[in-house]
Amino acid sequence: MSNRFKSRYDDDINLFEGRWHLAQYALLIALLLAAPWLLGAYYLGELTAVLIWSLAGLGLMLISGHTGQVSLGHAAFMAIGAFTNLALMMRGWHFIPALLASAVTSGVLGAIISRPILRMSGIYLAIATLALSIIIEDLSIIAEPVTGGVAGLFAPPIDLFGMTIDRYSSPAAFYYLCLAVLVIVTLGYLNLLRSASGRSFLAVRDSEVSARALGVNVARAKTLSFALSCAMTGLAGALYAHLAQAVNYESFLVLISITLLLQVVIGGLGSVHGAFFGAIVVVLLPQSIAMLRDFLNNTAGISIAAYPGMDTALFALLILLMVIYEPRGLYGVWFKVRTWLQLFPLYRKGMFRRTRTYLKTERQR
Amino acid sequence: MDILQLLVSGIANGCIYGLLALGFVLIYKASEAVNFAQGDMMMLGAFLGITFINASYADLPFLIGITLAALLLGLFGYLLDRFVLRAIFGQPQFAMVILTIALGFLMRFFAGVIWGHDPTSLETPFVAQVWMLGELMIPVVDALIILTTVALTTVLYFFFARTRLGVAMQASSQNQMAAYYMGIPVKRINAIVWALSGVVAAIAGVLFAAKGAVEPSVGLLFGIKAFAAAVIGGLGSLPGALLGGLLVGIVEPFAGRFLPEVGQIAPYLLMLVVLVLRPGGLFAQISQKKV
Repeated sequence: MSNRFKSRYDDDINLFEGRWHLAQYALLIALLLAAPWLLGAYYLGELTAVLIWSLAGLGLMLISGHTGQVSLGHAAFMAIGAFTNLALMMRGWHFIPALLASAVTSGVLGAIISRPILRMSGIYLAIATLALSIIIEDLSIIAEPVTGGVAGLFAPPIDLFGMTIDRYSSPAAFYYLCLAVLVIVTLGYLNLLRSASGRSFLAVRDSEVSARALGVNVARAKTLSFALSCAMTGLAGALYAHLAQAVNYESFLVLISITLLLQVVIGGLGSVHGAFFGAIVVVLLPQSIAMLRDFLNNTAGISIAAYPGMDTALFALLILLMVIYEPRGLYGVWFKVRTWLQLFPLYRKGMFRRTRTYLKTERQR
Repeated sequence: MDILQLLVSGIANGCIYGLLALGFVLIYKASEAVNFAQGDMMMLGAFLGITFINASYADLPFLIGITLAALLLGLFGYLLDRFVLRAIFGQPQFAMVILTIALGFLMRFFAGVIWGHDPTSLETPFVAQVWMLGELMIPVVDALIILTTVALTTVLYFFFARTRLGVAMQASSQNQMAAYYMGIPVKRINAIVWALSGVVAAIAGVLFAAKGAVEPSVGLLFGIKAFAAAVIGGLGSLPGALLGGLLVGIVEPFAGRFLPEVGQIAPYLLMLVVLVLRPGGLFAQISQKKV
């Protein structure tokens, strides 16, 4: 790897560091575009799920990873997005405006809710958002005219550019739809992060007091971040509704909120990559466990009795080890591997050693 | 009379929430960490109580059973801190939240493996016994719960306010590094407080099991509600925890009776209202940082 000299200010904020960097992502996109030919229908469905959870993870990453406000209630905004989309489509709206409407509705509701909620910090914020998630669970039964009550709503097929897109009859088209939405949102996200607003989010995360001293309007930054985060999560919810084909009050339980946060943490808080890594783990882990179980049963003759909740427990164990040994998540692991490769013979053992830290009280802020 | 009856059962329920909230507050007071697995520790305590007391298991007398359960869960709390939580000592609060959420998942799984997923309840000597106060019925279980909670809160309050250990705990939560410099063994303090909260969780669990059935996933929502109670009172305040617990316990049956649509979510609505009006809870422990 050669050294790159920065000769223009743009070099600092370009999305791609150089041709090689761009080529890597072009290759990734090419692979993703070729996926319908490389994978069977089942695995294509799983990949679509990965894309959708990545989108939801991106939403949470903005508020929790990049603005430092922990939210344990983002499933609530998935629910708002999903119900908005389906309710509008059932009233004859076209898919695209309904999708945009679900992003806007979740974003606006998020902005309204965020004003009182983001006055809290740390653990108070976590529990308040958790409560929000529980309340939405109940509201989605009570608000029957919109949400269809206990029975929920069923997703109509999507009519797009003269094609009828359906998760089962045309999985490839649905996959491309999700991919397109995800790529657009990701590019927007990266652009946001290098804009003044994005920088102010990072400043708020690192220290509210110093952000305020530097002239950042903290309340505005938090509200904007929360609204955008909710909008992204709402989009993910709308797509999820079409993936699951039906949503009701049970689709977006509190556990989904918690899993979403764990997903972001396992991927690596504060990195865009992390949202994707986390989604891959969350979606594919149950699969891998089932495959491993079958493999062990068939070959080694070891029988793991199928305990209920085994994959949740393994997921939890993974989180446990991750928090203890690699607080920066899978992104941290990937970063270390990449550094090792780039520096190849020169990597030193202590490069990423953590400094000793002491807990700072959050009762004074 | 009807309303008074609702009130009594609300207070008894509220005391269990309060007991569990005490566990949250204990750990928060001593290490400024929040244990999201507290509800699951209560569930473990309930199952330990059932194992020691029920006739189909060990069949011990009630008092011996509850003591054994408390001791065992206390030991569990100590070991948990010593071997798992100490690994992230000094990391930000958020790491502990994630870690305890994961621990809660694991506890639920292992409880399911050990005790199964069927709802089980505790056989107590005073089941279905009632004291009559005029026309008011007070189940003995409820009276026991209320007495235990009040006694425990008082003892813990004086423990934190008066004893050396209690003050050391408060110091180590307010400034970990300064506490170190003052010669406080912060790590050991943390382990002790986790043991203590294990004991409180076991007592809450046994009382909970005496009142209703437990199954492995009971801790999740119950724990969240108790946490809401602790937050309503202002995390870090023991009387606040009890008050928050009582508020949640009382609001629940009344909302279920008069506004059945929002009965389930009434405690959370209450918490949101309190937090919006007073972002630090009723007995706020947060202050603005002076730079």
